[in-house]
Amino acid sequence: MHLDHTHHGPAAVSADAHRPDGTRRALRIGLGGPVGSGKTATVAALCRALRDELSLAVVTNDIYTREDAEFLLREAVLPPERITAVETGACPHTAIRDDISANLEAVEDLEDEVGPLDLILVESGGDNLTATFSKGLVDAQIFVIDVAGGDDIPRKGGPGVTTADLLVVNKTDLAPYVGSDLARMAADAKAQRAELPVVFQSLRAEPGVTDVAAWVRGRLTAWAA
Amino acid sequence: MSRAALLVLADGRFPAGGHAHSGGAEAAVKAGRITSAASLEDFCRGRLHTAGLVAGALAAAAALGVEPRELDAAADARTPSPALRGAARRLGRQLMRAARASWPSAELDALAGEFPKGAHQPVVLGVAARAAGLGPADAAYCAAYESVSGPATATVRLLSLDPFDATGVLARLAPELDRVADAAVEAARRVLDEGVDALPAASGPVLEIGAEWHAAWPVRLFAS
Amino acid sequence: MTATGVRAQARIVARADGRGGTALPVLDGEGPLALRRTRAGGDEARVMVVGAMSGPLGGDRFSLDTRVEEGARLHVGSAAATIALPGQAKGEAHYDVRLDVADGGELRWLPEQLISAGGSDLYVTTRAELAAGARLVLREEQVLGRVGEEPGRLTSRLTVRVAGRTVLDQQLSCGPGAPGGWDGPAVLAGHRSVGQLVVVRPEFAEQPVAARMLGECAALVPLAGPAVLVSAVAPDALALRRLLDDALTRLA
Repeated sequence: MHLDHTHHGPAAVSADAHRPDGTRRALRIGLGGPVGSGKTATVAALCRALRDELSLAVVTNDIYTREDAEFLLREAVLPPERITAVETGACPHTAIRDDISANLEAVEDLEDEVGPLDLILVESGGDNLTATFSKGLVDAQIFVIDVAGGDDIPRKGGPGVTTADLLVVNKTDLAPYVGSDLARMAADAKAQRAELPVVFQSLRAEPGVTDVAAWVRGRLTAWAA
Repeated sequence: MSRAALLVLADGRFPAGGHAHSGGAEAAVKAGRITSAASLEDFCRGRLHTAGLVAGALAAAAALGVEPRELDAAADARTPSPALRGAARRLGRQLMRAARASWPSAELDALAGEFPKGAHQPVVLGVAARAAGLGPADAAYCAAYESVSGPATATVRLLSLDPFDATGVLARLAPELDRVADAAVEAARRVLDEGVDALPAASGPVLEIGAEWHAAWPVRLFAS
Repeated sequence: MTATGVRAQARIVARADGRGGTALPVLDGEGPLALRRTRAGGDEARVMVVGAMSGPLGGDRFSLDTRVEEGARLHVGSAAATIALPGQAKGEAHYDVRLDVADGGELRWLPEQLISAGGSDLYVTTRAELAAGARLVLREEQVLGRVGEEPGRLTSRLTVRVAGRTVLDQQLSCGPGAPGGWDGPAVLAGHRSVGQLVVVRPEFAEQPVAARMLGECAALVPLAGPAVLVSAVAPDALALRRLLDDALTRLA
């Protein structure tokens, strides 16, 4: 490792925008949301959409350690050395919010080992509507819910729905089958989130992840500016 | 020195990564060796007098200013399981981050520079205690308490054990924890004259073997 | 109490004889630590520890020093298991083993089991000092109690140093009066036999052995140095020996 001699400076404690050697670190975007809402599928789609134009990597926080990481490996969305799994001791929200140390090690190791990186996606383990990422870990967060989880979720709010930088309502193709009212979800989300953006997507049909990918590109442009 | 710094360092919510580690409890639960508050207590007592004593002495010696590199090598020799050595270094690195943010110090910076991938957690704990103005007994107490509080918390999650029962286990172990911390400090003081061979080397074969078993599972809740 | 324990010392020095074999210029044993040279196998000298008395008993103090010089090869075994027993003299018994192996030397230290009989109190210290180019196979097996018997108290410390650096330092305390939890799920989990096999080879520095489980109660692990440890617990001595023999075969 060539980095053995670069850690003497002040500690990159958490949210510093620069690495110990002075270079700008990768933008970190968190993806959270309830179990089964399509976080991992969205991460996979984002990787496919962005991997040719950006240097990117993924950190997963599984409830059962390596399931999500292994899905991404199986789908071959990125080379294996660009995917790291963090073990969360049955408390995925702790690992992304209250004690982010393991995730910070993971993102720093990825930058050390496969960098330079433009973007690191940090996927949370499926949790509940209150789970959000610490600002010490990510620069922006996407909260992923789906229409099958109930069209009253945007109305109910909660920190993820209300404060995430982007709310993704996933699996819109299922709306007719589960009786979800997309217009109502959009209106409730608007009421909860004011000007914060919302994307409705189905990864099973065009345009798939295009809108979310465009939002990520926008954040990257702002980060690099 | 601020006594309250000890509360900060010993707080289970101190963001140093401990929540993702079960201290061997996950393997013991799966093997059917921890099934109740009674067997949890037996597990914790054994861990306290082995890994807990060694960690306490390492932390106390580091708090006394013994050369961390020598203590780290001594910790390696007392940790045959590579899974446990890896976990101790990861936790050491995570603790280092939290400690540097909490008590900035040249000694912590130097240790981080020397071990960019992490020194053994009890060694970092001892240097962190020094940085916080705490003494060897404080460091030993922290390390010894962590050796039992981690498994107790994990068992609450793994077995849905009544949290009051688990806390009762920790309370009942308190007098033994006092004795272990005392023995750890005494050994650490001997290190000043006799070198690191004076550190205790108490081991739990089932902990070490179980750690390797656990590390080989494809699916697990805890990192160790 | 007037009884004092037995003091017994034994020394072995193995030296390359210059003709491809190994000589034993020093082979001094006494009483319970009588030594006998047995038929050599190839370029290796073989020594058997033949206990003339049972022991160690309470208050006894045994020490056994073995030095393997450059290029020499020595195999040490024992004729029977060592049984720690309670004695007339008060106090614990001590059994100290010191092993030194020089560059190019090889020691195979394969004694029979140590049995901790009820009422005994024994401290065993085994300290191996190896030069960087030395080789070692060391087996240590402890059996807690004879059949159907509660064990005595046994404290056993094993230290292995290679080129001045400690690669293994482990102490096991068990039996009545040992620190709490020794028989519980973190330490022995009710097993009555526990053993370690240490293999040191210079080539492990370049080609480390990967950790692996050997069944559910034994693990083969690379140490932080050119050494491998097999750590095992088993219900009885026979099962333990099988595990360690199997591990040694795998490493061969």
